[in-house]
Amino acid sequence: MSKRTVIPFGPQHPVLPEPVHLDLVIEDEKVVEAIPSIGYIHRGLEKLVEKREFTEMVYVIERVCGICSFGHGWGYCKSVEGNMGIEVPERGEFLRTIWHELSRIHSHLLWLGLLADGFGFESLFMHSWRIRETVLDILERTTGGRVIFSVCKVGGVRKDVSNEELKGIADILEGIKKEFTTLSKVFLDDYSVKNRLVGVGVLSTAEAAELCAVGPMARASGVPLDIRLDGHGAYGRLDFEPVVETDGDCYARCKVRIREVYQSIDIIARLVATMPDGEIAVAVKGSPSGEFVARMEQPRGEAYYYSVGNGSKFLERMRVRTPTNMNIPAMVKTLQGCELADVPMLILTIDPCISCTER
Amino acid sequence: MPYLAKSPWVIHYDGSSCNGCDIEVLACLTPMYDVERFGIINTGNPKHADVFLVTGSVNEQNISVIKQIYDQMPRPKVVVAVGICAISGGVFKECYNIMGGVDTVIPVDVYVPGCAARPEAIIDGVVKGLAALEEKRKRLPEEIAAEKAAEREEKAAGAEALAEAAKEQAGGADGPATEVGAAADEDAEGSEKASAEPDARIEPDEGAEAEGKGGQNG
Repeated sequence: MSKRTVIPFGPQHPVLPEPVHLDLVIEDEKVVEAIPSIGYIHRGLEKLVEKREFTEMVYVIERVCGICSFGHGWGYCKSVEGNMGIEVPERGEFLRTIWHELSRIHSHLLWLGLLADGFGFESLFMHSWRIRETVLDILERTTGGRVIFSVCKVGGVRKDVSNEELKGIADILEGIKKEFTTLSKVFLDDYSVKNRLVGVGVLSTAEAAELCAVGPMARASGVPLDIRLDGHGAYGRLDFEPVVETDGDCYARCKVRIREVYQSIDIIARLVATMPDGEIAVAVKGSPSGEFVARMEQPRGEAYYYSVGNGSKFLERMRVRTPTNMNIPAMVKTLQGCELADVPMLILTIDPCISCTER
Repeated sequence: MPYLAKSPWVIHYDGSSCNGCDIEVLACLTPMYDVERFGIINTGNPKHADVFLVTGSVNEQNISVIKQIYDQMPRPKVVVAVGICAISGGVFKECYNIMGGVDTVIPVDVYVPGCAARPEAIIDGVVKGLAALEEKRKRLPEEIAAEKAAEREEKAAGAEALAEAAKEQAGGADGPATEVGAAADEDAEGSEKASAEPDARIEPDEGAEAEGKGGQNG
């Protein structure tokens, strides 16, 4: 029997843009066990509800994570709106959905780039991020920010986008689609990329369900879990199927995200075509006094936002549960028995967002 | 322009930011902003790096990590605090787990404001940092000379103390003349060990002090 060694991985590591620490117990080149420890970027922002009014808290919750910031803002607003019984005007919901889908596109492109960087394909990383910049330009033009938008508020959205501009956005996205097709061919067909992804870190359907995996991680293992299907926002107007793959390996997870980029472009085009006119927000009167759970499909999976009001301007309690948090057990499972050189790949394919996890 | 300013290598660490600034730091490397045209390369190894980009504020858990990365970087080095969280804590300032800006732990040369800091601002911050880096590079030989001089003095003082201790030992020893020498030698060796210990205790303290001063000056 070979000797067991413990290799520390992180918190500062070249493949990790964010700090997370893993103790890898290895036997020769095989990882026997992975013990994650988190807490390097815990801020404790949930506690800020005691100091910020419920309308200001949106700015804090948006900063749970700088990648899916729009979704977090929306999730919080949805939770408080449910609490207060506010109906958001249709146009507001449509705009929210469009921005959320744009965030998904840029998040998946970002992830594809990091994945390429992870397996050493530098130029693929550069091209993914080049396309991503076009999406960021759209977001900046319509919301005013590149990563933090502050455009979602309790009761609706802050800014309107004209119908002509929305058509322009749909056209730009069509252009992105063409470029992205070239790129996705490399991700899906290239021999050396496949060599790193196919059959690596397999998570079976049963395991994914048992370990409560969410988002693309679950969908790549054949669990058709997509919170968008509950019809919140403008999703109820659309008829779409969640992207599901069955192989459960890194390649399947990559494929799910690539197909979701196409899906999001398609969703935006359909929303732009059926955009209703009218108000974008309603006035908010009173303070939240009940409790409410809102669920969102973030780029990384299901997130939920729980709020309790006490009739004052300050919420009693706010709780955010984020997707990466749920995917860590599944990641630890895939790490068991993998080769040491595949560890960065396996960590990356859950699309870890440590800022989300630790809040 | 010296070679160092022509191709500074940066290392990036995320304190406790929301990720927005980290992604913008990475965006600087990609074709839209492309800092590599200035010779700037992102490295994961602190020993390769000249510029330390820190995003996010300091908390109990990451304070040692930030210090370690900073200490491992070779001199001259500059620290660029990217984003409002790294400057003061920003929107999270009142959170219970936030100790404040990066300058509470390590000396910061350039502050880049913004939430999130824009890539243009980050590039500008690094370029401003290069001026500080050049200053430090010029001062470095003097600093090293001063440190070496301090070290030599310390050693000389240590040697004197050693010689005195040996003398005392030799003077105090009794017995036949032939054996005195041997005993004194042995004693001297023993006292060397004995006196080496307190010296060793003093040394790191003074060294740390000198380093601290160096850090502040440079």
